[in-house]
Amino acid sequence: MYNFEYQKASSAADAAAKIKAAGEDGKLMAGGMTLIPTLKQRLAQPSALVDLGGAKDLAGIKVEGNAVVIGAMTTHAAVAASKDVQGKIKALAGLAANIGDRQVRHRGTIGGSIANNDPAADYPAAVLALGATIVTNQRKIAADDFFKGMFETALQPGEIITAVSFPVPEKAGYVKFPNPASRYAVVGVFVAKTGGGVRVGVTGAGNSGVFRAHKMEEALSKDFSAKAIEGMHPPADAMNADIHASAEYRAHLVGVMAKRAIAAAG
Amino acid sequence: MAPNDVGSTGIGAAVRRREDFRFLTGRGTYTDDINRPNQTHAVLLRSPHAHAEIVAIDAKAAKASPGVVAVFTGEDFKAINGLPCGWLVHGKNNTPMVEPKHPILADGRVRHVGDPVAVVIAETKDQARDAAEKIAVTYKELPAIVDMKAALKGGGTPVHDAAATNLCFDWELGDKAATDAAFAKAAHVTKLDLVNNRLVPNAMEPRAAIGDFDRATGEYTLYTTSQNPHVIRLLMGAFVLGIPEHKLRVVAPDVGGGFGSKIYHYAEEAIVTWAAKQVGRPVKWTSERSEAFMSDAHGRDHVTHVELALDKDGKFLGMRCETLANMGAYLSTFAPCIPTYLHGTLLAGNYATPAIYTNVKAVFTNTVPVDAYRGAGRPEATFQIERLIDKAARELKTDPAELRRKNYIKPDQFPYQTPVALVYDIGNYDATLDQVLKLSDAAGYAQRKAASKAKGKLRGRGIASYIEACGIAPSNVVGSLGARAGLYEAATVRVNPTGNVVVFTGSHSHGQGHETTFAQVVSDMLGIPMEQVEISHGDTNRVPFGMGTYGSRSLAVGGTAIVKSLEKIIAKSKKIAAHMLEAAEADIEFKDGKFTVAGTDKSKTFGEIALAAYVPHKYPLETVEPGLDETSFYDPKNFTFPAGCYVCEVEIDPETGVVEVQSFSAADDFGRIVNPMIVEGQVHGGLVQGIGQALLETCVYDKDGQLQTGSYMDYTMPRAGDVPSFKVAHSVTACTHNPLGVKGCGEAGAIGAPPTVINAIVDALSEYGVTHIDMPATPNRIWKAIQDAKAARH
Repeated sequence: MYNFEYQKASSAADAAAKIKAAGEDGKLMAGGMTLIPTLKQRLAQPSALVDLGGAKDLAGIKVEGNAVVIGAMTTHAAVAASKDVQGKIKALAGLAANIGDRQVRHRGTIGGSIANNDPAADYPAAVLALGATIVTNQRKIAADDFFKGMFETALQPGEIITAVSFPVPEKAGYVKFPNPASRYAVVGVFVAKTGGGVRVGVTGAGNSGVFRAHKMEEALSKDFSAKAIEGMHPPADAMNADIHASAEYRAHLVGVMAKRAIAAAG
Repeated sequence: MAPNDVGSTGIGAAVRRREDFRFLTGRGTYTDDINRPNQTHAVLLRSPHAHAEIVAIDAKAAKASPGVVAVFTGEDFKAINGLPCGWLVHGKNNTPMVEPKHPILADGRVRHVGDPVAVVIAETKDQARDAAEKIAVTYKELPAIVDMKAALKGGGTPVHDAAATNLCFDWELGDKAATDAAFAKAAHVTKLDLVNNRLVPNAMEPRAAIGDFDRATGEYTLYTTSQNPHVIRLLMGAFVLGIPEHKLRVVAPDVGGGFGSKIYHYAEEAIVTWAAKQVGRPVKWTSERSEAFMSDAHGRDHVTHVELALDKDGKFLGMRCETLANMGAYLSTFAPCIPTYLHGTLLAGNYATPAIYTNVKAVFTNTVPVDAYRGAGRPEATFQIERLIDKAARELKTDPAELRRKNYIKPDQFPYQTPVALVYDIGNYDATLDQVLKLSDAAGYAQRKAASKAKGKLRGRGIASYIEACGIAPSNVVGSLGARAGLYEAATVRVNPTGNVVVFTGSHSHGQGHETTFAQVVSDMLGIPMEQVEISHGDTNRVPFGMGTYGSRSLAVGGTAIVKSLEKIIAKSKKIAAHMLEAAEADIEFKDGKFTVAGTDKSKTFGEIALAAYVPHKYPLETVEPGLDETSFYDPKNFTFPAGCYVCEVEIDPETGVVEVQSFSAADDFGRIVNPMIVEGQVHGGLVQGIGQALLETCVYDKDGQLQTGSYMDYTMPRAGDVPSFKVAHSVTACTHNPLGVKGCGEAGAIGAPPTVINAIVDALSEYGVTHIDMPATPNRIWKAIQDAKAARH
């Protein structure tokens, strides 16, 4: 780890001020579950680290109308344990309960996960499929406009996610095929049925990050059943490939996980 | 408990491991826990390339970096010998292996990713890291040699100039003509190509080393994570740095697992020891996990073609095996002996196959050196034999268990001379087969298969036998086969004046539980409670010259050395007791910690004898020396041959290819067992590693020699959830040539499990026509095998 200046923000506004003052080599840290290992391996060299851990206004879960609003600094463990999330969007609580390991779930946060947009992270699939809104200290961003390919988002320098607002669906299910080593998603599919139709968010698989499976969405909007998408999967040439899973296998798994997500949605 | 009641701590008692208290409560002292006054820290700069010439190294900026004490490069080690290889294999026509220098720091060329290029020694580890980044190395990249078959074709720059086609040796064993004749008359021949995947050992504790030099005495001390400190003292002292043994102390304190990877003498040990004198301060190096992936010796990595000849009744007539064995970029300490004398000689397995021939070509590649890893050669042999037999059974539509039974060496055939050099002393393979069939509920299998099918899952059942050769010996024989060391073990039993005992053993313990098992042997033989026994190991200044811990040898060889010393203690004690009790020595009986004059109630306790030995007032000083302290060196007459039979049932999800191990049953014959709980733990650990190899673990290099599995993000270690609760049973045929009748148990699970699991998977997939799957049988591989088999049918 290289040396850096550590600053702890007391609120979202304080964090915004601190990160602005830190200049372009400053870095925001949420749970640090990706950032800290990166620092330890000397793969990043920020001049200053602004820790959001003390920003009380960024954490917490509340139900607002027909939406569950989760503060950016809410840990995965808190989302998993939340009665509100379990009651309104059970699939989201289940997703959070299966991220990483116990230690990661107690440190890692939803805001950190989404801002990092790791192509194998779980949350982006849910954010896309549920049509969530990402709330920042400057604006509101629709999920479809937020993710911009692997590790890229619509966030501007200095912009801080404050919360994610998830509309409550009629039904939703998430199933992932974990990487046997890292337990990140090789393929993760989140299926959500709302009054406006069905949305399918796929993480882990695509070679340009999280994506929506539009053909499946069309089929499922007509008939929300596993049978409706039997044999359907995205083209292999749009898939990622590594030593754990070929593009063909990933494409196949998207179909299998989608069917299982529908079954899980009930 | 009465003072001399050792029923609860003697041989056969499931005593809890006494070392676990310190390990489980964080009180162990590992090498990294040791800090010497005024210590400096070393960081190695390692090659990012698999194969490259070093054109120039500019260390000026590094030397000027804050906190830097010294920077050394290959230039500084030019006059120092390389790391020695402990085994010289002769190939066909008595051609010696190619044995290139293994420099401490790269000498003009780097040969694998992770090859050390320079070392920075600084006040802190972070300062050393900062400085290492400032060393400018100019490389001229060369094409990497990764694939063994391509390597043997030559072309391009070989890994070593002395081996133009990258061939280290071309070795054979067995009667080729007799084997070819067996195949000529065979009614059926089964052929199989297979790969034994490369593994990264991944001991929980990464390697570490501290070098210290005392200017006053001229003595060097090396603290290191070693399974065999005396071997390191000899190799590094005599062959690398030229430090005489009396000026070099090697200490291996608590060591957190080795699995073979901590047998070898590594460059870092020589670097810190040498540098400690150069900089005049202690030098400490601790490996990081990512460093371990590219610098600890790897295991396995064979590519093999095997064939089995059978007669019309299914009797084995002959077997032949062609193997390419990856040596990596340099010869690690015992590398050449693994695919030869620990693999070729095991190819008879449990079977009375009359003719066997094997040819092993060892190949240099631009990868991390490969050496022994839990099982070492024997898992490779077992995998070949047991996969081949299973394939034969499937082709002949016969029960794989009964085909094995038909060809087993039968109990009345021992001692049994195999066609590949070994003489098995004893065994009963039918017994372990019967035991495992019962343990695994063979009768209920059809019902379980139907239940799996009803859930949409494919169920498979696999069986495999194994034999292991442990306690590699005797020294004169292995010496004639190329070993450059003896293979005995040493033990001193020191009885203190008040009757407590310290055993100094060369058998280092790094997870095996020796401190408990050895103490039980002492408790049993001397009739004293285990609490009065301490086991000391790991410090060359305390223990006699011993060869250390590897190859499941510790109880059979190290334990026997202890027994020999205990026998001397008892014999001497009888002389003392005879004098004290005024009786003839022949009339003294020793039982339950008491020396008694036969037929009388006159007796002395062991403690009284010990006190007399050190306070020799009423003592036979004319004939018996004072003191009670005996040393023995034990060189075994033969290997020991643990054997067993395993059954595994798997369930496969045909949609995803995911395998779940539903049950695993192990029936082993380890000879006599001292601590059944420790043995069961060793079996569990071995099975998890074997299942890990079969399903999860593999070390992958890309075509440029870059390590693709350089961390736990990509290298899949087995976890508790990946394995079922094991069913374990034992049968006993006592080893015929050591006094305890013990054989060894440490590697069995890792040897027997891989073919058992793969046989079960192939059984499950057989309905698609799949006949083989390589390890690790990952979901992607299984899914692909199903797709390919389906496509082939259409």
